[in-house]
Amino acid sequence: MIIVLLAWIFAILFLLPTISGKSLGFLTKDKIRLGLDLQGGTHLLLEVKTEEALLNFLTRLKNEMMDSLKTKRIFALEGEVVNGKIELLLLNEEMIPPFEKFLADEYPNLKIEDVKRVGDRVKITLNLDPKEKQNIENSAVDQALETIRNRIDQLGVTEPEIARQGERRILVQLPGIKDPERAKAIIGKTALLEFKLVDEEHDLQEALSGNVPEGSIILYGIRRDKTTGRVVKIPYLLKEKTLLTGDAVKDARVAFGEFNRPYISLSFTSWGAKEFERITGENVGKRLAIILDGTVYSAPVIREKISGGKAIIEGDFTLEEARDLAIVLRAGALPASLGILEERTVGPSLGKDLVEKGVKAVIIGGLLVLVFMIIYYRFFGIVADLALILNLLLVLAVMVMLKATLTLPGIAGLVLTVGMGVDANILIFERIKEELREGKPYKAALDNGYSRALLTILDAQITTLIAALVLFQFGTGPIKGFAVTLSLGILINLFTAIFVTKAIFDGLFQVRVLKELKL
Amino acid sequence: MFFLRPSKEIDFVGKKTIALAISLICVALSIFLLIIKGPNYGIDFVGGTIIDVKFEKGVSLEALRVVLDSTGLKDAIIQPSGKNEYLIRTKASSEALEGIRRSLESKLEEILKEKFEVRQLEMVGPKVGKDLKNKGLKAMVFVLIGLLLYISWRFEFRFAIGAILALIHDVLITLGAFTLSGREFNLPIVAALLAILGYSLNDTIVVYDRIRENMKKIEESLERLINRSINEVLRRTILTSFTTIIAVLMLFIFGAGVVKDFSFTLIIGIIVGTYSSIYIASPIVIFLEKGKRK
Repeated sequence: MIIVLLAWIFAILFLLPTISGKSLGFLTKDKIRLGLDLQGGTHLLLEVKTEEALLNFLTRLKNEMMDSLKTKRIFALEGEVVNGKIELLLLNEEMIPPFEKFLADEYPNLKIEDVKRVGDRVKITLNLDPKEKQNIENSAVDQALETIRNRIDQLGVTEPEIARQGERRILVQLPGIKDPERAKAIIGKTALLEFKLVDEEHDLQEALSGNVPEGSIILYGIRRDKTTGRVVKIPYLLKEKTLLTGDAVKDARVAFGEFNRPYISLSFTSWGAKEFERITGENVGKRLAIILDGTVYSAPVIREKISGGKAIIEGDFTLEEARDLAIVLRAGALPASLGILEERTVGPSLGKDLVEKGVKAVIIGGLLVLVFMIIYYRFFGIVADLALILNLLLVLAVMVMLKATLTLPGIAGLVLTVGMGVDANILIFERIKEELREGKPYKAALDNGYSRALLTILDAQITTLIAALVLFQFGTGPIKGFAVTLSLGILINLFTAIFVTKAIFDGLFQVRVLKELKL
Repeated sequence: MFFLRPSKEIDFVGKKTIALAISLICVALSIFLLIIKGPNYGIDFVGGTIIDVKFEKGVSLEALRVVLDSTGLKDAIIQPSGKNEYLIRTKASSEALEGIRRSLESKLEEILKEKFEVRQLEMVGPKVGKDLKNKGLKAMVFVLIGLLLYISWRFEFRFAIGAILALIHDVLITLGAFTLSGREFNLPIVAALLAILGYSLNDTIVVYDRIRENMKKIEESLERLINRSINEVLRRTILTSFTTIIAVLMLFIFGAGVVKDFSFTLIIGIIVGTYSSIYIASPIVIFLEKGKRK
């Protein structure tokens, strides 16, 4: 009896903040957590294009290797990354033995997969150790996760959920977000910041006609015409080699220049500042291009060695664009681009509608069942009803305690709990009736009814529990919510429907209120 | 409530041949429907985009059509849903972060010049759809295996066979009815089917439990024993199904969209499950017994 009272107190204390918004201070201040489908928000399933991270890694490795081969007087004419493998074209067959030695000494991770003779030349295909490959892809996903987390923190979303799912997927949940499109743009921006020198030795026009000199590339800058709104692409011929990347950036802020035009002010980390000082010192008089995600933002002339670790990015951006850009630069670059596999957004007004309808269904469904039980079982029905109400309250209270999330399917699970919750009591009461019909005395019939029905109830409920648990394992998001309320409903039902009602009856016998009541 | 009075025994087992025949026909029809028509898979499984737009003032379907055509969503289907509210469905999905939504929003502003709110957007890429389908099937199989193991442990194996056959019967017929209704098959429907597995077995086990108990007490033919057991728990079966259906019916009445489909599935499943625990699960045990003796 005492335990029953404690259960009521427990349920009410935990639900108080949810119902009235007030709290007694101790215990908990938490309200029940509503899923994204009920409170509004955005759910994103992202895929990290890990093959890009791999390609970047291999390209870097190839460039580095070509450089050091030169110093070893092993002549490699061309190097390319094709289908996740490095292909090198060696001058002739004599280069093979020294190359093999070089590889074994300096790049033990690379294995020669194929050697083919092309005329006098030798084409060598190198493959990266599969374990190493996996490592790179794995850390790309981890790094992407970290970056996304940083960016979302800057967005100021309360209680976001960011979690890795499987090999290369990341789940992002943003409750209550107002502008999901902006969030998506910020999360998904690769934000790869690069500093490259402008190639001023070669002719831009000739490069544009197709003759791009070895070691140079063409990238474009974008200018918007203020009056016509037309977008003009401006080509730049740049040295392929990247001198510095966004890794060197410590902080990025929006600042305002003349005519109140926003620009981004960067400050470098200590080593970044040193690097920047060296680069600018060595290249005075040349133009340094600032490139973000493959677009040239500006290419100012280096007038003098820049120390102090500061740089600015100017461009044609609006205040909002500049602010978002600063966020992604601060949070760091993504190691590879992201694709959206799944998006589910619920506006706040719809969520509210759904909660109202759900609560209505639970209450009306519940009332009908309660009334039916009283009509059919009279006094016993009232006892079963008390157990049912306690059952529902406890499910919600435990959810508050476990910080579980209530979703729309979760409400459906509650409704199902209402319907099935009385099953145990129906089983018991019917059993008692049978015992009474066999002529057993009242108290004995009651006790027998409970003990005999117990095994049946356990068997019957455990099967539903099995289904609910599998659902919990396999379900995602909202579906998991269904599994949560259904399994909690069943487990707690075993307590309320059997133990609580029995305790009430026993208590009534003890105080001799209950000697005989019609069932 | 006269039908619940424990008057005389109803002969359920005697009608087992007719019941089995009806069930077989229903199952066959369901399988036929599933093969010929197939469930109307929603975006969870085939991918696509659904956008729910609510306008402040009335906007005609034609006007909206013009906007959609200008955004390149020519294949989109527009469904009115509620006051000034439309569901826009398209098979297209976009991996790109600047999604369909932004282009639609800007066009809506530009052309219609009406205030609106995107109440809901769901976009599922084809890759995920395939994954979810696999996951759903896997979950089904795992539940069935789990249940088979549990019943074989608690009861005899032939009971387990009977119960599992009844479950497959329930799921197939529910799926058949669902397909016939033309409702959209999405992830929550899988959850509903799993809940039906649990519920239907719940019913079956109560009957089996009574059979097991009576086997220890009474010496009589299996057929009579099973019939007696079914009758003894009949009231409980009907009462519980009744209360559960009342509750789920409220969900059906007050719910919208996927909740309605979800509760529809549950209602069908509960009815079929109740029927099968009386007419199918136990009589199958008799058939299995006869097969063994021959």
